[in-house]
Amino acid sequence: MSVRPLEIDDPRAVVDRLRGRIAALEGGPTRLLVPVLPALAGLVQLRTGGVYGVDSASLGMALAAGASQAGEWVGFAGWDDFGAEAAQQRGIVLGRTVLVPTPGEHWLEVTAALVDVLKVVVLRPPGGVDAKSASLLEARLRARSAVLVVQGEWPRCEARISAEQVTWDGIGHGRGRLRERRATLVASGGGRMPVRADVVL
Amino acid sequence: MVLWCPDWSVTAALLERVDAMPDDAPPADVAAPAVVLANNKVVVCNAAARAEGVRRGHRRRDAQARCPEVVLLDANPDRDARWFEPVLAAVEAVRPGVAPLRPGLLAVPAPGRYFARRGSGGQDERIGGEEAAAAVLAEHLVEAGVWDSRFGAADDLYTAERAAREAPPQSCLSVPSGSSAEFLRGLPVTVLADDGPEGAELADLLRRLGLVLLADFARLGAGEVANRFGSYGTDVWRRVQGREVTRLASRTPPPELACEIAFEPPLDSAEAVTFSVRTTAERFVAGLADRQLVATSVRIEAEFEEGVSARTWLHPRCFTSRDLVDRVHWQLQAGMASSGLRSRKGTGETITSAVTLVRFLPDVVEPAGDHADGLWGGGAEEQVVRGVARVQAMVGYDAVRVPVLQGGRGAADRQALVPWGERPVGLRPVERPWPGRIPGPAPSRVFATPLEAEVVDEASVPVAVTARGLVTGEPWRIRLGRHWCPVASWAGPWPVDEGWWLAGSGAGSGRAARFQVVGVDGRAWLLCWRAPGSWEVEAAYD
Repeated sequence: MSVRPLEIDDPRAVVDRLRGRIAALEGGPTRLLVPVLPALAGLVQLRTGGVYGVDSASLGMALAAGASQAGEWVGFAGWDDFGAEAAQQRGIVLGRTVLVPTPGEHWLEVTAALVDVLKVVVLRPPGGVDAKSASLLEARLRARSAVLVVQGEWPRCEARISAEQVTWDGIGHGRGRLRERRATLVASGGGRMPVRADVVL
Repeated sequence: MVLWCPDWSVTAALLERVDAMPDDAPPADVAAPAVVLANNKVVVCNAAARAEGVRRGHRRRDAQARCPEVVLLDANPDRDARWFEPVLAAVEAVRPGVAPLRPGLLAVPAPGRYFARRGSGGQDERIGGEEAAAAVLAEHLVEAGVWDSRFGAADDLYTAERAAREAPPQSCLSVPSGSSAEFLRGLPVTVLADDGPEGAELADLLRRLGLVLLADFARLGAGEVANRFGSYGTDVWRRVQGREVTRLASRTPPPELACEIAFEPPLDSAEAVTFSVRTTAERFVAGLADRQLVATSVRIEAEFEEGVSARTWLHPRCFTSRDLVDRVHWQLQAGMASSGLRSRKGTGETITSAVTLVRFLPDVVEPAGDHADGLWGGGAEEQVVRGVARVQAMVGYDAVRVPVLQGGRGAADRQALVPWGERPVGLRPVERPWPGRIPGPAPSRVFATPLEAEVVDEASVPVAVTARGLVTGEPWRIRLGRHWCPVASWAGPWPVDEGWWLAGSGAGSGRAARFQVVGVDGRAWLLCWRAPGSWEVEAAYD
């Protein structure tokens, strides 16, 4: 009789999975893992019910891309300058993308309604968010097992990911073209030490 | 008996144009020269265009050179078929058993052809019967708006079609019983070109062989024809020998699938109408489902005392009764002056008084099997559709979009945002090379309206691009809004010369050149220089 070898790729991920399962068995709101792009795997783990902050449009797209590639629906609210081609190049399936370019004054209700049915919602809030509205939306996120990515201000974030030292390859002075962007991403928050990773965005 | 409407594509396209125009517009001239184009080539031209020297196969500019006022129309086989439907109905009302052959061509059993009556003098009287029938049909068609119809009567379908093509407008050419082959043999070989590319090829070949009339072709031996002219040639040969007889297979009239509900007294609020059309929408969907059909495009007409608001709605999958009720709501909301929401494409008519009637007309129906959910169910999707419909109810139908890609040069040209619940139509193909487009990764932010900018060189002199596509100076600093940002690196220019014929009439025309610029802070921008010397930011690699 042969025993199947145990495949342990990342002990942390296994522990997280087990914790999620325990929480599910206990009947509490489960905090399931939402897939992220391989490039971001070591840096951030998206978990349902969480709010994640980003500081650029491309990072917002990158965070939604993992779930989209895994067959989930994603949404973008408040993006009146959505670059569809860039989204596709980053791995977002446009056919499963909902876009509300200008939700206007209803932005909180729209986000709440999107969170109900989509896995990842990337929001660009028009202004400040008060703590009460934020906590209402966070409760909704936990109940619906969705992830909110915010480009802008948000009272409490599970993690905040920002790009530092952005450099572009392939471009000179009147020569070449933009080819690749290299950046050092920093993930901070959640009471942990900031994590850094050099990635090609 | 065959009814032929010459140049049907042109007629259908013109009918559609007239239909799309508001009622108070000046009546369109149906006799104006017009052509239908596919791939920039003329496929069909009407008599007026032909009179000006326009021919099938001409390029767009050749046609315009010969006849500058020619109306250019796009080819659309669906439209041709759709607009032929009323013609079928008009003929069916007079003579049941209509067989549509293709848009513009239909067959009906000729009166008296198969039960001829001998007249008192022993003469055949049936010929008169056919001509009388054709006159009655022509009269009905003129009432339906079809001016040019020609009739041909013969023993078999092919000969009748030929006869119809030989007939003068609105009259009938009748080929006596038993003389079909004789009639065909009298025709020149060039008539075969009407049968499509195969026919055109054979006609050309026969002409070059020195065979002028089909009678000459008929004189060839059966074996020779079969060996040399293929199956199509053999078909034609058998016909001119009088051996091939095609009879018509008539259609059953389509069932009435449209549903309507009248309101007595008329309702003056969109909500009340929406509530009341629910059962009608259910009946409409059920009526289609009984025939294993689903609608993917539905025309909703709302009649009120002073007019009609009509709009065609497309659905990416298929309409359920719930979807239809939503569409009614949106259409009325957009049309009613009191509502705060604005519509992207006006419904054509503002609703000024209480609604008296709502009608659902199936525009495109497809077999239900093509749209059935898998056995494992489309559960998640269904949920998304419902959730997004709720967002639409909050912020309006047009505020929720689905991004799609299309071809183009500028960043904004390469994408389109389609309203959720509508099928994308009229997109530019992506696969074309699109010379002048910017290489590299696509910008993540594409501004719908470009931002104003300024680019200067080291001496603070504005940078420009010469007619030969050279930069007058090295970009040193750029101004975005109020902030100046030093340039770290830049690439370009990618010159474009689009729409120069529109020069001076606004954006998107004239000479322009695009640049990629990276600021010292690592942010990159897609800038565009436009001919007189203005800079704008089209997109950002944020």
